[in-house]
Amino acid sequence: MKVATGKSILKGIAIGPLRIYRKKAAEARRASVLSPAEELARFESARREAQEQLGALYDKALDEVGEDNAAIFEIHQMMLDDEDYVDAVKSIIETQGATAEYAVSTTGENFAAAFAAMEDSYMQARSADVKDISRRVVNILTGSEQGDVQGEEPAILVADDLTPSETVQLDKSKLLGFITRHGSSNSHTAILARTMNIPALIGVDFDESWDGRLAVLDGYNHCVYIDPAPELLSAMEAKHRSDLEQEALLQGLKKKPNVTLDGTEIQVYANIGSAGDVGLVLQNDAQGIGLFRSEFLYLDGSDYPTEDQQFAVYKRVAETMAGKKVVIRTLDIGADKQADYFGLDHEENPALGYRAIRICLTRRDIFKQQLRAILRASAFGSVSIMFPMIISVREVRDAKEILEECRRELKAQGAAMGEVEIGIMIETPAAVMIADELAEEVDFFSLGTNDLSQYTLAIDRQNPKLDTFYDPHHPAILRMIRMTVEAGHRHGCWVGICGELGADPALTETFLRMGVDELSVSPSAILPLRKRIRSLDLTKSGE
Amino acid sequence: MKQFTYTITDPVGIHARPAGLLVKAAKAFSSAITIERNGKSAAATKLMALMSLGVKAGDTITVTVEGTDEEAAAAGMEKFLQENL
Repeated sequence: MKVATGKSILKGIAIGPLRIYRKKAAEARRASVLSPAEELARFESARREAQEQLGALYDKALDEVGEDNAAIFEIHQMMLDDEDYVDAVKSIIETQGATAEYAVSTTGENFAAAFAAMEDSYMQARSADVKDISRRVVNILTGSEQGDVQGEEPAILVADDLTPSETVQLDKSKLLGFITRHGSSNSHTAILARTMNIPALIGVDFDESWDGRLAVLDGYNHCVYIDPAPELLSAMEAKHRSDLEQEALLQGLKKKPNVTLDGTEIQVYANIGSAGDVGLVLQNDAQGIGLFRSEFLYLDGSDYPTEDQQFAVYKRVAETMAGKKVVIRTLDIGADKQADYFGLDHEENPALGYRAIRICLTRRDIFKQQLRAILRASAFGSVSIMFPMIISVREVRDAKEILEECRRELKAQGAAMGEVEIGIMIETPAAVMIADELAEEVDFFSLGTNDLSQYTLAIDRQNPKLDTFYDPHHPAILRMIRMTVEAGHRHGCWVGICGELGADPALTETFLRMGVDELSVSPSAILPLRKRIRSLDLTKSGE
Repeated sequence: MKQFTYTITDPVGIHARPAGLLVKAAKAFSSAITIERNGKSAAATKLMALMSLGVKAGDTITVTVEGTDEEAAAAGMEKFLQENL
């Protein structure tokens, strides 16, 4: 077995024979036997034909990969009309008595080199576009066909480089994945691979001996295994199958409502731990973000993140979610999540210690910075604020007062802000017991079942010795959830669950019967949960 | 002759697609339209030259319009830039 690494364009697995893609490098003879006028006429006619091909490719791409990705063929058409490009070709024909194909090929090389020399990686990637249009015209001039480069069997294509037009022209039914030596993750080909959902690796150093050998392209680990060992092969096959199942689920359930057979609807949102997870949220068709853990902003750095740094992140998430709800949980640091610069004391019992809202209410400068950033981001989408680790009405009132203070200050500075719902985490038994009073203060509750279970059962989830005592479905927990939902609804609050229990399919029916309004789960759990919801019928006495 | 400056807000700068659209917009006028950045300039009707300027977000470009319809061309180009870049 041999392993080669590269840069992955799409997290996915492809298994099959490798096939080296050989471009027909059309011979471009230099000396012409024709007159310059005749060569110019050949060039013009080939250019027209290339334009027609590009028009047809545009239509094909529009159909297969959408308008944004099809636009590249429009650009290619414009490039072929570029005055400088056309003038350069004509000048070579006229001054050197060269063939049209030689003139085009040389011009293409020159322009491509100019783009490749630019600092900007986006512009460097355009160098491939110039080569692409030039090759197209040369192939027309020399009568070369791209031919059947893919062979009969589905294969992983291996090439020095693949141009966008080559990528779109490939027969998807025979394309398992592709590997290229060159190219950038910014290139249109890379974008197309993502859109077409084809696993791809770039920047891989390969050699001719790879041709025809069995390989596993592992897009998760940025590598390709050639002649994979049997145990690796079977592990990868299993992973590939589960990917395909997930994909089928995705296709079948996307854009479908989270509604039971009898018509009961529930919102399914996503939990995220960084701004980078938003892609997964949209990919898995979540209706919103039910828990945006803001800690990563604090844990990733070596000093407090500034208001502007936080604002940029919250704004990006709000904008990307485009009006869908984004619930940002304020700083939940302490206990198992530590950042040195906070200078927190060592504690004997950190789970019951100085953490979350307790830090925020005593170190208001840090808290206000975060609240101001969230309020400013609220102008760009539907943003809600959620306070963690609440045990008293007093804490909620204090937090709201500080929030109001921030709002007043920002207003005086002329900052734009949107409507912001305020909610709290229900994750302590105390909060459950006074849920009626708490509900008077806020717009929503979100049950943090991980901490709620730990505090209610007095069981440390990190201690494996306690596993035999731990029952995630303990009636005490379920009764607490029911009490919270009922108290919330009595006072007009919506109630969600953002802990692990929310994704537990064995409890979905129980939660629906309790009237839980929203479940917030990890992005990969969204569609399996949707499937479960859509299979339930609450009119039938279940359980 | 008319001249104005514009600061690019598009995060990628004058990239392929808007460059293509810019060429189309410029070709609609008979005036000669030139775009200049940091001493390098290109005719707005030449796609590859325009892209080669490497104009990025935050860069300020100077647009010069000269010809019989320069009033309309300058207004048209300014509107195009605001809407697309």
